[in-house]
This record gives sequence, C-alpha cells and structure tokens, in this order.
Amino acid sequence: MADRVASDLLRPVFQTTGRFYVLIAVLSGIVLCGLGAWGYQIYYGFGVTGYNWPVYWAFHETNFVFWIGISHAGTLISAILRLVNATWRRPVTRCAEVITAFALMIGAMFPLIHLGRPWLAFFLIPYPSERGIWPNYRSPLVWDFFAINTYLLSSVLFLALPMIPDFALIRDRATGWRRKIYKALSLGWQGTPRQWHRLESAMHIMALVILPIAVSVHTIVSFDFSMAVVPMWHSTIFGPYFVAGAIFSGIAALIVVMALLRKALHLESYLLPLHFQNLGKLLLLMSLLWGYFVFSERLTTWYGNSPHEMSVFWSTQTGAYSPLFWTMVLCNFVIPFPLLAIRRLRSITTAVVASCCVVTGMWLERFLIIVPSLARKSTSYSWGSYTPEWPEIVIMIASFATMALLYALVSKLVPIISIWELKTGEHPRLKAPASVPEAEAAGEIL
Amino acid sequence: MPHRWGMSVDLDRCTGCEACVVACHAENNIPTVGPDEAARGRAKHWMRVERYWEGEFPDVRLKFRPVLCQQCESAPCEPVCPTYASSHTSEGLNAQIYNRCIGTRYCANACPYNVRFFNFYNPVWEKPLDLQLNPDVSIREQGVMEKCTFCIQRINAGKIDAHANGREVQDGDIRPACVQSCTANALVFGDLNDPESAVSRLSRSPRGSKLLEELGTQPKVTYLERETWQESEGTRRG
Repeated sequence: MADRVASDLLRPVFQTTGRFYVLIAVLSGIVLCGLGAWGYQIYYGFGVTGYNWPVYWAFHETNFVFWIGISHAGTLISAILRLVNATWRRPVTRCAEVITAFALMIGAMFPLIHLGRPWLAFFLIPYPSERGIWPNYRSPLVWDFFAINTYLLSSVLFLALPMIPDFALIRDRATGWRRKIYKALSLGWQGTPRQWHRLESAMHIMALVILPIAVSVHTIVSFDFSMAVVPMWHSTIFGPYFVAGAIFSGIAALIVVMALLRKALHLESYLLPLHFQNLGKLLLLMSLLWGYFVFSERLTTWYGNSPHEMSVFWSTQTGAYSPLFWTMVLCNFVIPFPLLAIRRLRSITTAVVASCCVVTGMWLERFLIIVPSLARKSTSYSWGSYTPEWPEIVIMIASFATMALLYALVSKLVPIISIWELKTGEHPRLKAPASVPEAEAAGEIL
Repeated sequence: MPHRWGMSVDLDRCTGCEACVVACHAENNIPTVGPDEAARGRAKHWMRVERYWEGEFPDVRLKFRPVLCQQCESAPCEPVCPTYASSHTSEGLNAQIYNRCIGTRYCANACPYNVRFFNFYNPVWEKPLDLQLNPDVSIREQGVMEKCTFCIQRINAGKIDAHANGREVQDGDIRPACVQSCTANALVFGDLNDPESAVSRLSRSPRGSKLLEELGTQPKVTYLERETWQESEGTRRG
C-alpha cells in the first residue's frame, strides 16, 4: 500500500510527457509577454497605461492585493489544520503551501511594477547610507515591505521543512545528477527518531508563528488604504475585512488548483470528494463572513451619510461602477452560497464553479475598493475615471500564467502531495477516513 | 523667527483669467501635454482655476476658485511617502524631493486636494519653447511626482538678496509667479509668522476659510469670500 502511494505520487517527478513541455512553452510565452509589457511601460513611461489624474492606483495595485490575498490560502489553512490535527488535511497541505509561496512572490512583484522609477526600489531597504537617509517608517508602504518579506521568508520555510523527508525519498530512488541534487536538498535526512522529533517540533513552531504573521500581512495591506483620508478608504473595518477576504479568495484558489491537479496528475484516489466538501464548507463560512463585512461597511457608510463618502458609495451602488459591484455580490455570495450550502448540490464540480466565481468576485472587490474612491475624492472638480490599457491587462494575464508555470515546474521537482505525511496517516491508529460517510462516523467532518 | 509662508486667495477679486496658470507653467518648467493627453487626465497644472456654476439657467452665477498646493501644516501626503521624497521644510513648505521620489504616487492618493501630479512621460517642449526654460528650476523625469513649491527658487533668491543687502526679508519682497501675474491682486503671498504682513492680515479676515477645513490638514492657503464657500446642490462643474 505504502509503496503504491510513493510510486503514484513520485510518477510526475520521474516521468515527463510531451504535453508537459508544450504546456511549459505556452505558459513561458505568456510570462515573457508580461515581462515585455512591463519593459514597455518602463521604457516609454507610465503614460502607456490607463493611469491618470486622479486615479493614480488601479490595476497593478488591484493585482497586488489580489495575489497577496490568494497567498493566505495555503499557510493559514495548512497551519490551522495542522494545529487542530485534522487528519484529512494530509493530502491538502502541500498544495496549499505551494500556492502561498508562489502567490506571494507574484504579489510582491506588483509594488515594483507599479513604481514610476522601479530601478530605485532599493530606497525602501534600510541600508546604511552616508547621508543618513532611511526609509520613512511612518509610511504604510514601508510596513508592507517588511511584512511581505517576513511572510515570504516564513512561508518558504514552512513549505520547505516538510519537504525534507520527501526529498530523501526521491534521493533514495534517483540516480545520477538527480540523486546529487536531492542529496543536497534532503540535508542529510536519515529518518532517525531524533530527526523525526525535530521535524515535528519545527513544524509545530512554524505553524504557530505563521498564523499571526499571515493575519498581520493582510492587515498591513489594508492599511495602505485605510491610513489615507480618502472617502471609503478611511475605515476601521478594513483590517479584518481584508484578512477575511484574503482567506476567502485563498480557499477558492486552493479548490481550483486541487481540482486541476487531480485531473492533470491523476490523483483521483488521493484528493477525494471529502476534501472538496470540507474545503467547500470553509469557503461557505468565509462567504458568510465576507457578506457580513460588506453589509456592515455599506450600512454604516449609508447611514452616516457623509457627503464625500456618499458620492463614492452611490457610484458603486447605482453609478458607473454598479455593474461591477453587483457582479461581485453575485460571484461572492449569491452563486456560491446555495452551491455550497445545499447538501444535494455538493460535489467537486459545484465546489470548483463556486470557487471560480469567488476568485473573480474577490478580484473585483479589490478593484472596487481602490478605483471608485480615487475617482471621486473630496473635491468634485477633480473627479475622474479609469479604463485599463493593454499593458496592465497583459501584465495581469501574465501573473496568472506565472502562477501556473511555477506550479507546473514545482510538480516536477517534489511530489505535490506530501508522501511521508500520507504514510503517517496509513498507520491504523491515525488512519484518515477515505469517504464522506466514514469521516462522518469518525467525527472528522467539519 | 523662521518664516512660515502662506497665501491668501480672494475669490471676490478673482476674474478667472488664468494668468496665474500660464505664469506657473512658464516659471516652473511645467510642460504642456497636448489636447489628447490632457483629455486622458495627464495635464499638469500646479495652479488650476476651478470653474463652478451656481443655480439653474438663466439665474446662474459663475464662480472661480484657483487651487494650488495648500502647503498643509499637517499634510496627508508627507507621512505616506516611503522614501521621504515628500517632506516638511523648516519654513513649513511641503517639499517634493525629485531625486528621492520612486513614483509610488501614494502622496497624490492621500492628498484630498488632488494637487500632486505624476510625470507619465519624460517632458518635451516644442521648439522654440525649450529656449525659455527657467534655469533655476530642475526638470522632472518620467515616474516622478511634482507639485506647487510656492516658487521656492524665488523664496531662496529673495532671502539671498536680502542677506546680501544686510537686511531682513520685507513683506512683498518675494512673490511667486502666480501672485506676480495676478492682475486682480486676488493672490497675496507672504510670511504668516509676521503678524503685520499683508497675508497675515488677510488670513485673519472674517471672509476667510480653508479648503476642506474639516479634514484637519491645516492648510496655509486661505480663501476669502463674502459668503462661505459651500458646494450646494445647485453647484456643478463646468
């Protein structure tokens, strides 16, 4: 049994089909287009984009918040599930942690892409300069810089630690240059009880440390907006609202990625309907929480009736941005809620449909937070609007292609389901339930 | 005592001639961007004259409001800049340090008056306009924010001149380009720390108010008007 697990899950690492190379070529092409668009924007100036006075932040910043939000899938879910020792988590955690690491890398590119002079981005690093100039620690953008770097470092650690035993497994089965690489990666892993004990403790510490980091990161991202006296930005609800939205979009992304992996790598006997059902319930919970936050935000703004805020409010409820707003409500609440809540409708397909809606809806949410407020700031003379041009659209598409490309590549380097964790679950005492009724009997359903 | 530069804008005197806008462009090397780019919101006017109509036709009243950087005492643009490109000078000006600016545009988002401008392209001047560039003002490259400086080059020249003549800066010595060109004398510039300066006396006028005073930015530009400016229902942009 255990051997079948290893050979099933290691197959993608050792065998590569022609279709894989085609996929890599196509994705690399799109990523290169994105890099080209960025180069074009740097060379000719920001004028090639749709940015204008007064909408100085738009697509790039939307993508920044969106990707940092997606990154909350992994670490947070996997850390929580590890801490509460939910045994059904075993096949899910690595998929999720990989999303976190890559989404953060992609998200962290957008603050660079959005700079007018990206070659001077090193001004944000607190290096000792002879003129004694430091970054401005009062600026939320500097908080972002530190928060995202901390989160990236810790989530890469959190991802890499449980990979060590699997690297050792590949090392033992590989030959030639591959064996050398995995020998280095497995850091001398022998599988002694002492090593196992250390790994378990390290994972436990990291799971505890990464939770507050993840919460703080998206709170600080929300501070980029809520610290400014801009109508509908300057709000105390933004911290928790952003964190909830991040987890919401993160779970949705995880479900989509899991379904794709299940098909592409033939993991039907590992990623079970049970996993989609449990994650679907988490998604349902977050959908309700998101609806609650939006309702609270909108109601207090409307009731308060402050003139500056109301002009932004009505532009999203009934004005130019209302089609986007109501699409967002449809995607984040109206469609996913029945799909996930009604027991008869629950299936992998409906979970994926709901998740695709949520990913779209959450992208729109970030756009609707950023652009309408800037377009209608306090003096009506300087109101404006925004329409994207091709460079920011191409860069956005390329960011999705980057995610797919990195994911495809990493599935060749490590088994995308943690083999040793799955094997631990094979122990009779720790055996994870394989189906929904079995799990219900064991009290494992959320 | 250090200076604290301020301005008063008399809306009852302003004729909306926009001489201040032209003077500002000439003095501060602000390029024009052409009609197409201007229509896309890329025009840079450190000084602009906002035009509002009050009432319904035929009973309408036309109002002008010149808007420039309000040089806030508690400026929202300053703390948000990650690199100190936007910072407060000892004389109370909101300085923009072009060499330090990396172009996050955060300052412009935080500014409630929308008086900060981004260089979407490198500036170009049609010949022979390139021959009239002001050598005292640096040219800003693409990716950098810029804004009204109260003509800091004129302030510095005025201080140097006074020092060379062995005297203090007198009220009226220093006049930014917009003030100098205002035919209606609607704009008055001076030191708010000198209680006898013209701008100090005008700022204390009962006709005076600040733009978006409720935001607590403590602007150093005072608007003078018979009735307090109010964006009533009938006011519309035109």
